[in-house]
Parts: sequence; C-alpha cells; structure tokens
Amino acid sequence: MSKDTIRSLLARDKRADRVVPPSGYTAQLTLFVSGAMAFLAVFALALSLASGRLADRWASELAGAATLRINAPAEQLAAQTEAALTVLSQTPGVASARALSAEEQVALLSPWFGPDLPLDTLPVPQLIEIIEGEPGLDAAGLRLRLGAEVPGAVLDDHSRWREPLVEAARSLRRLGWVSILLIGGATAAMITLAANASLAANAQIIEVLRLIGARDRFIARAFVRRFTYRAFFGALVGMLVGMTGVLLLPEASQEGGFLTGLGFQGVGWLLPALIPLLGAAVAFLATWTAAVRKLKELS
Amino acid sequence: MIELENVSYTYGDGELLSDVSLQLQPGSFHFLTGPSGAGKTTLLKLCYGALLPTSGRLNAFEQDIARLDRDQMALLRRRVGVVHQDCRFLDHMTLAENVALPLMVSGKGENAQKEDLLELLNWVGLGTRLDALPPELSGGERQRAALARAVILSPDVVLADEPTGNVDWEMSQRLLRLLVELNKMGKTVLIATHDLSLIRAAKSQVQARVLRISQRQIQLAGADL
Repeated sequence: MSKDTIRSLLARDKRADRVVPPSGYTAQLTLFVSGAMAFLAVFALALSLASGRLADRWASELAGAATLRINAPAEQLAAQTEAALTVLSQTPGVASARALSAEEQVALLSPWFGPDLPLDTLPVPQLIEIIEGEPGLDAAGLRLRLGAEVPGAVLDDHSRWREPLVEAARSLRRLGWVSILLIGGATAAMITLAANASLAANAQIIEVLRLIGARDRFIARAFVRRFTYRAFFGALVGMLVGMTGVLLLPEASQEGGFLTGLGFQGVGWLLPALIPLLGAAVAFLATWTAAVRKLKELS
Repeated sequence: MIELENVSYTYGDGELLSDVSLQLQPGSFHFLTGPSGAGKTTLLKLCYGALLPTSGRLNAFEQDIARLDRDQMALLRRRVGVVHQDCRFLDHMTLAENVALPLMVSGKGENAQKEDLLELLNWVGLGTRLDALPPELSGGERQRAALARAVILSPDVVLADEPTGNVDWEMSQRLLRLLVELNKMGKTVLIATHDLSLIRAAKSQVQARVLRISQRQIQLAGADL
C-alpha cells in the first residue's frame, strides 16, 4: 500500500464520511475494545519495563560481588579471616575485600532473628564481602587456593541464585511483551469482527454505491477512516486512564522490593503515547483487510 | 455504444435470456417490454455490468464487459445512468446529497457547483425539496430524484427500469418527457416497461424502437402496440 493510498484513506472528507450511517453498535464496540486494550497495554508495558530494569539491576549488582564465608571454631576465626583477606589481596580480579563488622552481620540477620541478636554467643561464620574488578574473578582458582590455605572458607559468587532471579525477571519482561502482542492481536480480531459486521449491515448502501460507479477504494475508505479514528480515540482514553492507574501505584522503595516501582521511569513515560498510534494502525490494517475481503464477497 | 452479441444468461438451472443480440446506437431511444419475469431487468443489469453474460459477448463503449476489472467496471457505470424501479436511495442522506452522490464517488464532489445541482433538481421539479429525506418523498418525487441522480454525471446512456411503475398517469407523462428531453440532448435511452400506454404516448414525442422479450429472446415489436 503506497503512502498516497494511506493518506487518501485517512484524509478527512466529511461528505464522503456521511455515506455510511454513523450509528450502530460497532461504533461503541470499537471504542470500548480499543480503550480496554490500551488500558491493559499500559500495564503490560509498565510490567515489562519494570521487570527489565530489575533484571538489569540484579545482573549488574550481583555480578560484581561475591561473599566469602569463614566457618571455623571461634579461636581460629580471626586467624582464618586474616589469612583469607591476605589471599584475596593477592588474587587478580578482586578490587576490594573486607570482613563485615559485627554490627553489619547483626543487620543482615535481624530480619530473621530480630535486632537484639547476641552475635558473640552464636557460632555465626565471618562474612567477607568481595568486590570484583578487572579482569574478573576466577572463582574456581580462588576456591582451590582457599581450600589449601583457609580450610574453613566457602566462596559464594552468587551465581547459584543470581541466574534464576535474573532469568525470572527476564521471563517477566518477555511475558509483558507477549501480552502486548496478544493485546494487539485481540484488538485486531475484535475490530475485524466489528468492521465485518458494519460492512454486512451496510451491504445495501455498498450496493448502491457500486451501482453509481464507486470504486472499492472509495467504499473501503469510508469504513477504514471511521474505524481508525474510533480506535485511536478509544485507545487514547484507555491509555490516559491506564497512565493514571500507573501514577497511583506505590513509589519504588527499598522495603517494598519488587512490588513497588512497577511504573515508568524517565523517557519510559513517553512510551505509552505510542499505544493510541499503534491501536489506530492495527485498526487501519484490520479494517482495510476486512473491507477488501468483504467487498470482493459482495460483488 | 452497447452491443450484445448472442448473449445468454443462466441463473441456477434456469436460462433467463437466450442468444440475445442487440445494439444501442448513440442517441437512440428504445423501449424494452414484455410480461413480468420475462427478463427485462436482467437485460438492463447486463447492460450496466451488475450481471455478466453466461455466454456470448457484451461490449460497452468498445470494451468487453467480461474483461473489465473492478475499477474499470466502476468507470463504466459512471457512463451509464440507471433509474432503478425501487430508486435505491440512502435514506439517511438528504435528496440533494443523494442526487450529488455520483459526483462524490467519482471525485467531482469538490468542484460541483450548488447552482448546477439546483438547476438539475429544478429540471426534474424538485428544486424545493433539497433537504427532504427519501422516506419523505412521494413515489413520483423519488422517480424524478432517481432520474436526476442517474444523469448528474452526464452519462452517455440512460437505462430506466419500470420508471413509471409506482406513479400515476400524469407523473408518468412527466417522467417520459424528461427522458425524451435527455434523448434530444444526445443521450441513448433504454426504458424497460410493461406499460404499453407509455410506449404509445411516446410515439408522438420521439422516434423509439420497441423491443419485446418473449421466450427468453428479444424481438422487434410489431404494430400491435
């Protein structure tokens, strides 16, 4: 379809638009469907973008860190910790390593045991936070060396639980995009049905137009234009309502974890503006296809 | 202009027209008569491409109608004005809009002058009914409006299917005068009617050829009319 064809199909022509009666349930159906689908698309888009951000954050934050746990009898704990720090200071790919203080370890355990944990009376291992640098940590090599020099050391490079979390977030992002595609497909299907119903209901008008010399393009244009504009305005309203819903979601916070921060951030707020345009494009193609097919059937 | 050569038309198991040959010369005036169901409307539909011959050849404006694509068929229909028995208006549009519809579909709507439309509607005696909706019109007004719509693009051929079927004698004479006037402007006119009195009345106004459809075939009518 050429640009001129698309332009002529969408150009306003009030007199030509009057050829098809404006009433009928298909008008309300198109407005409602495109509005509801745009509303859902806003949330699917927000979910997809938020889970994408989460996957990226988890991947970058956890990939650059590892934890060394020293499990040793209390009298050996300080010596093994010191030995481990020495090994780490000599290991390529370790930017920094530091033993967590007792207060930091209490803070880590407090969600499970409460804030008044008597850490000195419990056999809690010493944790060492490792920040990776270039050229990256050789976890297998480090484990071998620690095994020989610090027998109580256990290296956790986070890969065991980082990968499933990141994969889960990425799956959620994919799910969001699949939802958007399904929403687009469902919109196209509903508008095709509505356009077919409208074309069938106006079969007599189409016949009259044909008899007086109307080309298929003229007839299709009256329907395509109407359905495209209806879908656009329905989607615009649905998008605005959806955006209002997203605005009312709780702000991103440390306490809320994943359940907050589901909205848009930065230029992401501009993306929903594409939804009415995409809705109109879907309606345009769906109605054009339905009209061409139906007009051939009616000949 | 329009030429049928051994045209047959079959619908289902029944043959409605058989081996019909006919020529509509430019500027000629024809009556097509015959009993109801004889095939008059079918023949008219063949002439404006609403039906295609099952066999034989139908040329319109030197084009084989069976070979026209959809756009070419639309262009052909702009050269053939048709007055349908049931008029076929769009009931949600005014009389003026209905009459101007062929201008709109042919892309001439923008340039059409309101004065020209008014002049045409005055010619058919409907200059004061511009804003009336089709259901508000009488039978005679509808037929005259249909005639105005059929000729607004100044077609070469005007086909009328029982144009006086739903009107009284006075109105049928008025319609006939309009059709004769069109013929005097050079238009080819073909009127399908079973109203023999209309044909007799026309004899004094125009030199018309009278064709009769009988037994699925067409023949020149004799002096018994």
